[in-house]
Amino acid sequence: MYAYDEIDRTLVNERVSEFRDQVKRRLSGELTEDEFKILRLQNGVYLQLHAYMFRVAIPYGTLATNQLRALAHVARKYDRGYGHFTTRQNIQFNWIKLAELPDALEDLAKVGIHAMQTSGNNMRNVTSDQWAGVAPGEIEDPRIWSELIRQHTTLHPEFSFLPRKFKIAITASDHDRAAIKIHDIGLKLIKNEKGETGFEVLVGGGLGRTPFIAKTIKHFVHGRDILSYIEAILRVYNQYGRRDNIYKARIKILVHELGIEKFSREVEEEWQHIRNSSLQIDDEVIEDIRSRFTYPAYEKLPHMPDELRQAAADPDFEAWRKNSVAPHKVQGYSIVTISLKPIGKPPGDATAEQMDALADLADVYSFGEIRVGHEQNLALPHVAKRDLPALWKALDKLGLATPNVNLITDIIACPGLDYCSLANARSIPIAQELTRRFANHELASLIGRLHINISGCINACGHHHVGHIGILGVEKNGEEVYQITIGGRADENAALGTLIGPGVKFDEVADVIEDVVEAYLALRERPEELFMDTVKRLGVEPFKERVYATR
Amino acid sequence: MTSPLEQKKIKIAGPSVVTANRTWDGIVVYRTAAKSWSADLSEAAIVRNSDEAKALLAESVADDVGAVGAYIAPVQVGADGKIEPGNLREQIRRTGVTIGQPAQV
Ligand code: HEM
Ligand code: SF4
Repeated sequence: MYAYDEIDRTLVNERVSEFRDQVKRRLSGELTEDEFKILRLQNGVYLQLHAYMFRVAIPYGTLATNQLRALAHVARKYDRGYGHFTTRQNIQFNWIKLAELPDALEDLAKVGIHAMQTSGNNMRNVTSDQWAGVAPGEIEDPRIWSELIRQHTTLHPEFSFLPRKFKIAITASDHDRAAIKIHDIGLKLIKNEKGETGFEVLVGGGLGRTPFIAKTIKHFVHGRDILSYIEAILRVYNQYGRRDNIYKARIKILVHELGIEKFSREVEEEWQHIRNSSLQIDDEVIEDIRSRFTYPAYEKLPHMPDELRQAAADPDFEAWRKNSVAPHKVQGYSIVTISLKPIGKPPGDATAEQMDALADLADVYSFGEIRVGHEQNLALPHVAKRDLPALWKALDKLGLATPNVNLITDIIACPGLDYCSLANARSIPIAQELTRRFANHELASLIGRLHINISGCINACGHHHVGHIGILGVEKNGEEVYQITIGGRADENAALGTLIGPGVKFDEVADVIEDVVEAYLALRERPEELFMDTVKRLGVEPFKERVYATR
Repeated sequence: MTSPLEQKKIKIAGPSVVTANRTWDGIVVYRTAAKSWSADLSEAAIVRNSDEAKALLAESVADDVGAVGAYIAPVQVGADGKIEPGNLREQIRRTGVTIGQPAQV
């Protein structure tokens, strides 16, 4: 956990009273919507189909139990009893009233939660690996650096009016769980030959209308220089980014148009001016941040406790353990992923009751800590293995033990036309139907790792481009039509999917996905060959044939 | 459904209404003939040509304190005068999400 200091607390509280005043002036008519819009966006408030939507940041995906309870409280008191966890370590409330928002913000501020920079053309929530600090083999806890960047960029005037929004993600493991290659800046923590900590810096990734995989701009930037280097990138972007055209305003377009070589020369030149300035980070600063992250007092526990041995006789427990429990860096402990993808329900939603109950479980079994991952699932990062059977029973009662993590029913989906004012088509009902089709756990396990990602329009909030199977909703003559891509991925080998053919209607999507999956099962060389590997080996043709031959 | 937020030229193909979200709580509202807002589609003012639509929209937009994001949306008017939303988007705005909310299921 991270303990905020007085500066942070003051900042968050001041922001609440500022916003209270802005809302008051808006409701009295003193501020027009045009004047107010930028102010509300800076506080995470969008206008959606049915109501305002309120987006709250969960920096680097780490939550304390009192914070999760505060989110449950907001869901219950100001919303309709649930929240929606997003792909960027945020939570969204869909039914909030503008007049009550200042109260909701104030309640959240009491536990150090805010909504600053969760929308608008500024530096967004810096995201990280949801297993940060507990993943085996990690170089070091990437949240220390996420926090450094958060502090530096929060309300920084130079980054508050960028050409477009700006997103940074950080990972410190070989396996990328933070999707750094589809971010404006992706940072991979590494060590150089001297054993010093630094970063491989990637730039220009992003999805949306014009998707790009990020490119490496520099293979090693020393940790002490990371703020100046990021600032140099942002200055080049601020100077040349296309403010004239919203579709071309993201840094990915600039990097693409200039070319990575020219772009990196510009950055290098800027960097040399500011590198040896106050932006150079002293070790003490890092040590101070490091000291504010507290880690549990782990016990010395056996690798295979009796409780676990006994529970192994229960096939349902075993199915869950094999699917949702991952190794921890400390012997005797595990990382437990909590699927927010129950069969037939909207992906990423959690009720206030579930949040409260989960907070209680985290207090008992995970040293009071919860994590939020970009796949719209949660995690308990420090569970003693001997507690796994008891935890599983409790989660199961809450509907939070669906053993489908990374399987075909672990679907990422954006809100789509059910909530979003920008949508062309619905996403959530497609996800719901697919989870019903593949509800059988044996079938889903037989298929193996397969990520389906769904977006309701080209903005790609549901990451459809990088789904192993991607589904994009578009509109044709007033009807919802879905384009299907295959072969995308969001990890360290990130790639964009390829379209398999003409779009299909709402009612046909699940049938088509079944065909794609059947084709894969027939085509794979052996059971271990994952869907994306079969697609890589054979290309889209055989899938296309299977889907369109009879349609 | 092409987002009406991208609505540039005002040209209507059939009966339409002006809809928006009420400022203080965000709920879906429709402009009435009495120059106010109602959450009930049956109370909406119907416009049938582009000039009427333009005028109703201008008058609605001017009431910035009452509601935000006003735009013109198609409707169908039955023989009995009953007003129904003209497309899926407006149907969802009127009757709510099509998916069941977790707190209710
Ligand atoms: C419901 C209200 C939402 C609205 C109005 C909205 C709006 C947008 C827009 C306009 C963009 C494109 C921005 C650009 O191209 O510069 C975007 C991108 C994105 N949104 Fe959303 N979004 C919403 C919900 C969500 C949710 C629920 C998630 C997570 C599940 C999400 C995650 C993202 C991500 C990750 C991107 C970046 C894609 C990229 O790299 O371009 N958004 N959003
Ligand atoms: S992808 Fe489109 S429909 Fe989905 S949430 Fe984003 S903006 Fe809305």
